[in-house]
Amino acid sequence: MRVTCTVNGKELEADDVWEGESLLYLLRERMGLPGSKNACEQGECGSCTVYLDDVPACACLVAAGQVEGRSVRTVEGLADGDTLDPMQEAFVECGAVQCGFCTPGLVVQAHDLVERVPNPSDAEIRESLAGNLCRCTGYEKILDAVRLAAIRKADTRKAQAR
Amino acid sequence: MDFLRPQTWADALTAKADDVDAVPIQGGTDVMVEMNFDVHRPGALLDLNPIGELTTWEQLPDDTLRVGAGMPYVRIIEELGDRLPGIAQASRTVGSPQIRNRGTVGGNLGGASPAGDLHAPLLAAGAVIEVESAARGTRMIPAADFYVGVKRNCCERDELIRAFHVKPAAGPQYFSKIGTRNAMVIAVCSFSIALYPGEKRIGTGLGSAAPTPRRAYAAEEFLAGVLDWSGPLDDRVVARFGELVADAASPIDDVRGTADYRRHALAVMAKRTLGWAWKDLGNNGKAA
Repeated sequence: MRVTCTVNGKELEADDVWEGESLLYLLRERMGLPGSKNACEQGECGSCTVYLDDVPACACLVAAGQVEGRSVRTVEGLADGDTLDPMQEAFVECGAVQCGFCTPGLVVQAHDLVERVPNPSDAEIRESLAGNLCRCTGYEKILDAVRLAAIRKADTRKAQAR
Repeated sequence: MDFLRPQTWADALTAKADDVDAVPIQGGTDVMVEMNFDVHRPGALLDLNPIGELTTWEQLPDDTLRVGAGMPYVRIIEELGDRLPGIAQASRTVGSPQIRNRGTVGGNLGGASPAGDLHAPLLAAGAVIEVESAARGTRMIPAADFYVGVKRNCCERDELIRAFHVKPAAGPQYFSKIGTRNAMVIAVCSFSIALYPGEKRIGTGLGSAAPTPRRAYAAEEFLAGVLDWSGPLDDRVVARFGELVADAASPIDDVRGTADYRRHALAVMAKRTLGWAWKDLGNNGKAA
């Protein structure tokens, strides 16, 4: 079947999509967007987290056909050209990255948290990231990154409000 | 494989009648796992996402809440948490934020896993499941009659789950779940309680404790008979309630826990949730 959807602001079309395939496969293998990672394929690890109509979802658990006419935003769509989103920037600065495999999912999920909750508590950060697994570091630097990005985004909002 | 995309509820019913093996998909959080692992490859997927009415809720003239089967957990928590506290508490324990953004009570009901988190609070709250077929119209099935076996509900092959109906909480409600961490775990076992001070009765629901989710009828009857609704809780009453809840279970030993552990944990959860609910009743007569 053919699937047409908006991905990172661009309308894209894929042909010969198998009816049982996931949004994750569609993004990675047909649309050339390998940012969302394929790991557990059962919604346990969060590495494939993307926005589906502005709501974070595990791309591995969405059937490709379900995104017909809808909009998807992947980790590739968070940056503005060469300018990283403050969440991406903070992950780099805080060293919240080791092998990097879980990073795209964590960045998207954390991005959503800070959009919804401008000044999240540690408990809110932990709950929000409970579905994103990192197997090579701890989570401390990830928490640092989310806190830093939240502060910077709040400062930007204040500056814009002035 | 077919991918069916009905645009209206009536078209969905027709599609299901035409292909009774078509698997309905809404959030996809269970269906896609089976597909990804090749556990189950259905002849057709019936995508219910385009049918907007499934993701809405309304309050009927008699105050009953009619909640669309496709409402994701996150919206149940946000929009109905004050009126359906037990169901909202259970929703908060489902998976992770990503799963709660997509997963639905309709999916929990369709899957009918004994470990589904929403069954216990639906049972305790006396929910009624609205199912429909193109040929025979609507059936209203009390949650207590809905589950008929391990991962089996009483829906006919041409029926789709449309909504659940439930009264707003008439008193305190609680949900309690045992797991190895606070997220992304299937319950070792779970328990839900709902107090109805006006009717002087209580509702219960057990999860992961029997081949199907079930109520602890003897425990409910016992409490209805002995509770002094205007006074403090008697410790002996609480202890007996816990025993009767444990007796209602017929759990198995499996990788997540032993049958003995599950019975013990159910008794503990029953006693604790009764205590919490009673405390709320004393404070303000409403759920926390």
